[in-house]
Amino acid sequence: MPLIRLDTGARSGAFVEDRFFFVPDGKAYPEEKGAIVTLARFQGEKDNLLAHRALIGVRLAAGDNPAVLKNDLPRLAAVVLEFPKFRDGRPFSWARMLRTRYDYRGEIRASGDFLPDQLFFMVRTGFDSFEVRQDFSLVDFDRALNEVSLAYQPSADGRKTIRELRAAR
Amino acid sequence: MRTARAMYRYDEFDARFVAQRVEQFRGQVARRLSGELSEDQFKPLRLMNGLYLQLHAYMLRVAVPYGTLSARQLRKLAHIARRYDKGYGHFTTRQNIQFNWPRLVDVPDILAELATVEMHAIQTSGNCIRNVTADHFAGAAAGEIEDPRPLAEIVRQWSSLHPEFSFLPRKFKIAVSGAPNDRAALKFHDLAIEIVRDGDGRSGYRVFVGGGMGRTPYIGYVVGEFVEKPDILAFLEAVMRVYNEQGRRDNLYKARIKILANALGQDEMRRQVMLEFEEIKKTGTLALPPEELARIQAYFAPPEFEALSDEMPRAEGDFADWLKTNIAEHRAAGYAIATISLKPIGGVPGDASAEQMEALADLMDELGLAEIRVSHEQNLVLPHVRKKDLPRLHARLAALGLATPNAGLVTDIIACPGLDYCDLANARSIPIAQTISERFADLDRQHHIGELKIKISGCINACGHHHAGHIGILGVDKKGVEFYQLQLGGSGAEDASIGEILGPGFGRNEIADAVERVIGAYLELRRDGERFLDTYRRVGIVPFKNVAYGEELHAAY
Repeated sequence: MPLIRLDTGARSGAFVEDRFFFVPDGKAYPEEKGAIVTLARFQGEKDNLLAHRALIGVRLAAGDNPAVLKNDLPRLAAVVLEFPKFRDGRPFSWARMLRTRYDYRGEIRASGDFLPDQLFFMVRTGFDSFEVRQDFSLVDFDRALNEVSLAYQPSADGRKTIRELRAAR
Repeated sequence: MRTARAMYRYDEFDARFVAQRVEQFRGQVARRLSGELSEDQFKPLRLMNGLYLQLHAYMLRVAVPYGTLSARQLRKLAHIARRYDKGYGHFTTRQNIQFNWPRLVDVPDILAELATVEMHAIQTSGNCIRNVTADHFAGAAAGEIEDPRPLAEIVRQWSSLHPEFSFLPRKFKIAVSGAPNDRAALKFHDLAIEIVRDGDGRSGYRVFVGGGMGRTPYIGYVVGEFVEKPDILAFLEAVMRVYNEQGRRDNLYKARIKILANALGQDEMRRQVMLEFEEIKKTGTLALPPEELARIQAYFAPPEFEALSDEMPRAEGDFADWLKTNIAEHRAAGYAIATISLKPIGGVPGDASAEQMEALADLMDELGLAEIRVSHEQNLVLPHVRKKDLPRLHARLAALGLATPNAGLVTDIIACPGLDYCDLANARSIPIAQTISERFADLDRQHHIGELKIKISGCINACGHHHAGHIGILGVDKKGVEFYQLQLGGSGAEDASIGEILGPGFGRNEIADAVERVIGAYLELRRDGERFLDTYRRVGIVPFKNVAYGEELHAAY
């Protein structure tokens, strides 16, 4: 699946090569690249994984609170948050908590069913990479990020809020 | 009278935010019209901008934040009604206004026109935090602790395009009030904030959660007894996060926070909210500094009240009738709160024509009135009228067909749009309201009956608030035929209660008779000074039930 990586400063995106393979439960790890595993597998094989692999990512289902990864986050290169359908907004909370509560600095990847017009919210809550369909265009990506530039509320993107902009004028 | 600021005004940031949103939607509509987006793909986008696809046409719901409008805004709504719709608008139980016939291609222009008067349709639909509602007597009512609208404006800003809470399990409605008399139906909201005083006389916020109507009605409970003012946004965010994470997403009918609030129970809900609250407070970013609250409060400064005689003008005839019901006590001597009924006998509850809106705007200018309110009872309210101006106001309203003297009486009926417009409805609401209104047209009879709130919904979603009606009517569909269930004893006020279902439904041509029999029973049973609701609470449902289905009132009662 094509992967878009956010260029935070420029508020734009670029297609990048995926550093990871998703390794379904029960399948062998690839030789090269990093491995993204399910939460269950990570919890079952954690010691072995952490000892032998440099690049590890964990894929969370929409119902998995990332608090379960709290102690392992410094060792994780990516957390993948799954949108089972675009209406399911739980991953927005998970991403924001990863960034603001657990101070997670690794990659937060969006996977599953989401709409281009949700990208603005995703970027604001801390996502910085996106698994997209083959026909997804970067024009749509950049547009979604820049149509609205102002924000009333603090979130995980460090953007100055309207209240802060008012105070600074 | 010096016209005060009276309401929030956009600065350049608010204006740019709304302008960007309009252009974004213009692009989305263009992509829909060109076929680049299918209706399925377009649906979530239009729903984030208040645009529904109804039975016959698109419907655009425009936000009226906490129900406050200026004359300029009212004129713009009239213009939109005339130019883009069929010459009228419909005020809703959420203090909003709906246009029932816009063309999709025109909607971006309508939004652009709204933006010129600092209005929008953001978050009037979708599973997000909806337009915040407030006591329609805010800032004017005698006995109010504080005007709740500055807080409502702060909540409006905080919730606008909130990145974390725009895809909640279901819609989320917030109401605020600053008075002990609850005119905002606080306990029927997903979340409500009441401004209260603690033992030392300091004001703060009592937060309710988990109220709601729909198919499973609940009365909200207190989740925060006294939230300090600077903490309110952090507290709200804590509640929202608990809901976003744990609210049910497997069943549309169990997705509102009331279901979660009831499943967790008060203690567990409080524990979880407090846990989140403490975590969120640590970051400090959501603190609301007193100077920010004061800055917003300054926008809502009331007019400078003149020293006027508190005496009511001499009244007789229609004017005297109108004064009896449509005037409420104002906090300032010599002033009154005037309710403009949008419930003419036999009319459509909540509808106003472009001509009426324009004439009202002119009247506001003439009387130096900076603002007008939309009430959740689908009426309009002029909050600061000089008592000496009341005769003139009444005469002008009468000429416009807006002086129906029935506020709070049996013909002041709330009704959802129902099957005449709504895609979700099972039955028509408006014709039922019209029939009952005509049945009780006689004003002496209305006064004899006294305060009685009839609320009609055309389906279980309860947009007509039937659960909170002293008499609630719910339209249901039985094999293609409309039936109407009666519910008695509901209240949306500070003594909130959910109406009890009387029994099997009545046919379209029977429901007004049943209502009349129920009211007849009340008149026989009531003791001195009792409203319908009081009598109902004293005697219970049984005598009403018997009578409603055609039996004589038993001697035992």
